[in-house]
Amino acid sequence: MKHIINCLVENQPGVLARIVGLISGRGYNIDTLNVGPTADPTVSKMTIVAPGDAKVIDQITQQLSKQVDVIEVVEMTNKPHLEREIVLVRVETKDNAQRAEVLDIASTFNAQVVDIQKDSVSLQLASNQNAVSEFLKAMQPHHIIDLSRSGVIAVGRESL
Amino acid sequence: MKKKKDSKPETKEQAPALRSGAQCVIDGLAKAGCDIIFGYPGGTVLDIFNCLYDAPFQFILSRHEQGAVHMADGYARATGKPGCCLVTSGPGATNTITGLATANMDGIPLVCITGQVALHLIGTDAFQEADVMGITRSVTKHNFLVRDVNELPEIIAKAFYIATTGKPGPVLIDIPKNIQRATTTLPTIAPESVSMRAYKPDVKVAKSDIEKLAELINKAERPLLYAGGGAINGEASELIRELAHKANIPVCTTMMALGAFPENDPLSLGMVGMHGTAAANYAVDKSDLLISAGARFDDRVTGKIDQFASKAITVHIDIDRSAIGKNVETHFGIHGYLKPVLKAVIPQVKPSKHDAWVKQIKEWKSKFPLGYPQPEGVLMPQSVIKMIDTLSKGKAIIATDVGQNQMWATQYFTYTQPRHWISSGGLGTMGFGLPAAIGAQFGREKELVVCIAGDGGIQMNFQELVVAVEHRLPIVVVILNNGYLGMVRQWQELFYTKRYSGVMLSQQGRRPNEDITEQQKYLPDFVKLAEAHGAKAYRVTTDKEVEEALKEAFKRKHTTVIECIVSPEANVFPMIPPGAHVSSMIGHLKN
Repeated sequence: MKHIINCLVENQPGVLARIVGLISGRGYNIDTLNVGPTADPTVSKMTIVAPGDAKVIDQITQQLSKQVDVIEVVEMTNKPHLEREIVLVRVETKDNAQRAEVLDIASTFNAQVVDIQKDSVSLQLASNQNAVSEFLKAMQPHHIIDLSRSGVIAVGRESL
Repeated sequence: MKKKKDSKPETKEQAPALRSGAQCVIDGLAKAGCDIIFGYPGGTVLDIFNCLYDAPFQFILSRHEQGAVHMADGYARATGKPGCCLVTSGPGATNTITGLATANMDGIPLVCITGQVALHLIGTDAFQEADVMGITRSVTKHNFLVRDVNELPEIIAKAFYIATTGKPGPVLIDIPKNIQRATTTLPTIAPESVSMRAYKPDVKVAKSDIEKLAELINKAERPLLYAGGGAINGEASELIRELAHKANIPVCTTMMALGAFPENDPLSLGMVGMHGTAAANYAVDKSDLLISAGARFDDRVTGKIDQFASKAITVHIDIDRSAIGKNVETHFGIHGYLKPVLKAVIPQVKPSKHDAWVKQIKEWKSKFPLGYPQPEGVLMPQSVIKMIDTLSKGKAIIATDVGQNQMWATQYFTYTQPRHWISSGGLGTMGFGLPAAIGAQFGREKELVVCIAGDGGIQMNFQELVVAVEHRLPIVVVILNNGYLGMVRQWQELFYTKRYSGVMLSQQGRRPNEDITEQQKYLPDFVKLAEAHGAKAYRVTTDKEVEEALKEAFKRKHTTVIECIVSPEANVFPMIPPGAHVSSMIGHLKN
């Protein structure tokens, strides 16, 4: 099962390397890793998506918590939360028919058209990880020129 | 601000003193209580060494940076205080890696200061530059690169705070040369006053957890205490004794916890694990309540993990939350310092006898004693350790290397006090013993310190013997010379059909040295080597000679090296093969 782990860290040089080194050094797998600032400029947030059973996830959580620069670790999966992943994908459209087909898939998945060139279309979809994956699967018959996925980000939605 | 009452004339609105980064290092170390620092100079730490000249603490020059870290480590293990070391950038820093990893695995508090090239040169492949932050990240508890001299006083205080709290460990501070030369007006900070939002080592243990633990102990019929390194680090040995005696609970220890419970106590089972006593391993297997007091269920203890303590409710008390449930799925984990947990639980534990259980343990102990064959005319390594125990009345501080010498030292010396056993547990670092013994002797000047090493490991850091000699340290180095890398040879004998590959140290009978003279027999000639370093040296081949040499050495007049020519193929028994259950134990005696 996939787990989403949110990790608040001190916004300092070297912290990302510390977390990544920990994960690779202890042999954990991760699917995605996203890092960004928070409302507090001294704090960064890392969102890690990792596969594994409860024991593995507990170890990852505990080893992260042990790091001196890690302020808080929250396993989001079993709590009410919102999760999003954004994907930008550029697809080749050789003719009008193909363009229509691509735009049709886009509208099915509620993806936005963000750019149109004479021979390509760029689309954006922000949704949960499964929907993003399904969207890309549907797009597969077409030639994907370029593709960027952000990795999952998540916030809690439990009452305060 | 409080004004100090001293003789200096008081001036109003005195400008804050301007100090160099290098001076901040010395002041920070002094404030943290450092009384000795081990190290080696070089280009990027010249400014710190310049200030060190007037420092209020002692500097000890090792002969290799690895030696300096092991010395600081031995000092920390022997005293409970953080060990300090100081080395230069590049190769100086990379030479500390093994020492840092050793301390990191065993939870030993160290503060290691490394010089670094100036900030603007970082990343340019400057002379003696290395990415020390990157290299040491996974072998330290934490590390710092100082980017601003104004951060330095706080970082030094934080380093000591982090090194000594929670599960202790080594902390490295990488200080670029230009930061050492820059100045600041900020004052020195004491480690006690540090507060960090992301690092909160103090954990409160719930009352309900204590009650649950007491209830488990009160209900158990075959309880067993399993003490680990946390019992030494957490200064909990007296409380372990109190708990054991109150409810008549037998105690086994890991190698790291030797001395946490007196081995001459009838409740003591000695060491548990691969080369532990048969009684300790049987007790684990048959107990119905196993309480780990600061032990981490290491693979050298558990063997076959799903059959380890299979009849017991397992309790794990550890200050390292990540250790709980890491190797063994324990039934009940308590995250907290051992001392307050034991203190809280003891009043709730009912006095008990556990007669049948204690009787069973006594039977195992007499039925399966430690023992070894004693062929005529051959000096047995086990006898040497026994003699050290007898002649020092079990009071010596024992620092060992790694391998057979280490295991025999666990088995045939009677440990009765904490911090008398100094050995690399988790990492298993050959070459650790001699420098660690030197560090221990600096920390405990009045005590007899004995280094027990093999002929392999002693050659890894032999150069440090000079340090002992020049500082008149009366340490006794006992080399058990069997001409082999003994533990590897033992595994090859038992598990690789005696194909002795790459383990022979003796030159005798070995091509192209088949026809060597008597004089060339010993390569190196440890007696000559020791004498060249200024130490007193003996080569002994019989029990009687061992006794005489030890008696002379224990007068503590010289640094002494005693080379014992011991049985080449003696093995460490009993032994539970790696990954096996106690029922597969081999080589134990049966009375």
